Amino acid sequence: MEPLFHIATHSGTVYPNETVIPWTVLIVVYPYITGLVAGAFTVSSMYHVFGMQRFKPVAKFALLTALCFMIFVPTPLLLHLGHPERALNAVLTPHWTSAMAAFGYFAGFYVILLVLEVWFMFRPYFVRQAQQRSGMVGTFYRALSLDSYDLSDRAMSYDDKWIFALAVIGIPGAHGLHGYVGFLFGSLKAREWWSSDLMPVVFLFSAVISGVALLIVLYVLSCRLRKVAVDLACLKGLAYVLWGFMMFTLVLEGLEFANIVYKAREGIETIMEYVKGPLVVPFFIVQFAIGAVTPIIVISYMIWRGTTGKALIAGVTVSAVLVLISVMMMRWNVVIGGQEISKTGQGLLNYQMLIFHREGLLTAAAVVGAPLVLLALLVRLLPPWGEDATPAPST
Amino acid sequence: MKESKTSLVARREFLNKLGRAAACAGAAVGIAAVGVAREVAAKGESASGAGSFPTADYDWTKHRWGFGVDATKCIGCLRCVEACKRENAVPGDAHHFRTWVERYVYLEGEDRPRIDSQHDPLNIQASGSEREYRFANQYKDAKVEKAFFVPKLCNHCTHPACVQVCPTGATYRTEDGVVLIDHKYCIGCQYCVQACPYGARFFNYEKQVSDKCTWCYHRITKGLLPACVEVCPVGARIFGDLEDKRSPISQFVRNNRVRVLKPETGNAPNVFYLGLDKDVI
Repeated sequence: MEPLFHIATHSGTVYPNETVIPWTVLIVVYPYITGLVAGAFTVSSMYHVFGMQRFKPVAKFALLTALCFMIFVPTPLLLHLGHPERALNAVLTPHWTSAMAAFGYFAGFYVILLVLEVWFMFRPYFVRQAQQRSGMVGTFYRALSLDSYDLSDRAMSYDDKWIFALAVIGIPGAHGLHGYVGFLFGSLKAREWWSSDLMPVVFLFSAVISGVALLIVLYVLSCRLRKVAVDLACLKGLAYVLWGFMMFTLVLEGLEFANIVYKAREGIETIMEYVKGPLVVPFFIVQFAIGAVTPIIVISYMIWRGTTGKALIAGVTVSAVLVLISVMMMRWNVVIGGQEISKTGQGLLNYQMLIFHREGLLTAAAVVGAPLVLLALLVRLLPPWGEDATPAPST
Repeated sequence: MKESKTSLVARREFLNKLGRAAACAGAAVGIAAVGVAREVAAKGESASGAGSFPTADYDWTKHRWGFGVDATKCIGCLRCVEACKRENAVPGDAHHFRTWVERYVYLEGEDRPRIDSQHDPLNIQASGSEREYRFANQYKDAKVEKAFFVPKLCNHCTHPACVQVCPTGATYRTEDGVVLIDHKYCIGCQYCVQACPYGARFFNYEKQVSDKCTWCYHRITKGLLPACVEVCPVGARIFGDLEDKRSPISQFVRNNRVRVLKPETGNAPNVFYLGLDKDVI
């Protein structure tokens, strides 16, 4: 039988109750997948709201990606709760002074928004399938079309207005949701490592880069699988977005770190001990050097040299993979890092990630993998690649 | 064509209704937001209404409990810790405590104290069991300049950060000034465990909910003392009603220059300490 709780080893002085780390790898995964949603939605909006034509090839796909990940956002939380069957208590009797109380509403609102936008966007496809196909598949699409078969120009322009409106509302929605996740951590005054005004913004920007990076990887992969050529203009556009937002992210993270070090409040010796010790590999090497600086150099070089073709695809994809790793490590270093620094300010704890456990590595991997499986399924039912793509908003 | 028009009109009507509903909801949220902002700024106030106490012979509006710790008296016997564990069925191991005692030892030639608590492996080794607690005698041959013990427990803050962050309201502050947790309502998210700056909360793996000191609320509402106060052989723990000027706690606070732990958090703790040193964490 697995032990009922897991003890973190410690050095220095810690409070006795701190030796059991409250939030595990699942709470690392939670902001990670929420961030992917925000990032993917941003790309979708660049086309649907701002009419950036070069993102057209991935605009619908980005929206489906956001939906698939959003559906799984509550999973790590439910797996973490001591009483998941009581999860609705937070929605039924929200205690509004808690930053967490609004989660159910935010998440619920956003899922509805995504479902609505996806429905409007794929309505012409549903209608055509419903009219052409028979049997089970036909019934399925007839159900999805909600008995609304009108594809006249008037109807379509009406739909487009809704798509536009939902995409506009979705921008503050997605970014608000993720900024809010950052606030969950940043508002906790008990932990010096979290308690920062910049935390929500850092979360937000890193969310955007992770979502863009995910789209790059999935788009290139899907082109391989579909045996079609990668739209280089689109890919390059995504690389530009990645590059730009990475600059913001790096500056913000640098500022946040500089603030902690420069203000040097009580317990700074312990924080510095942590930074120079356990944080060297996960932060300086993986998150910063490999995951952030390397992709920036690679993308900068390719922009400078005007790299194109296969080299561009390879370079951008590799950079995107590195960014995905970097953002995951950022979540880890925030969530786990904050808990490894004792509230006494005089001790460090050492979180041991378990492999086979309700809150272990395998569960976390499954939570990250599940949206991808759903997405693989969904793109078969709602193909986001064809010419059904809705026109860009007329400006 | 006619049919398509009809369906378009129907859809438009439906969507218009939806839009209106959304606008109403938006307005409601806006109005609610003003109220919420006021609530949030007021931090976590009592989620309980006055006069709702279940026992007829106890009126919680007539009391305001307070706790005192005289660190100059504590001898580190840890009977309080054992009594608390038994009284409140706290998991019997070295990682879950509703109260604990810290030992501060200043050795000759060292700037900072060596701090340990009963959960330290060396001290568990000395007691021989995770269910019994002793301070190991490792300093008997060392040159000790100064040493003292500091008992710790939940501070039952006036503005508790744990209550503020609880998403369900399962943890709340009572009318008589005690912070409690409804174990039947807590979802076990552990946000409160994170928010407490004192490390007073822990996750009770047996019940799968957050847990902490209640000042033995089941005892004090019957006129008894908290278990830890009851068993303290030297009177280092003081408890009573701050509304009653003659209570031990009122006298303790009035007759001494007391302080609280981490006042900078703004939580306004209600455990008052005497005899702390600058290095107390």
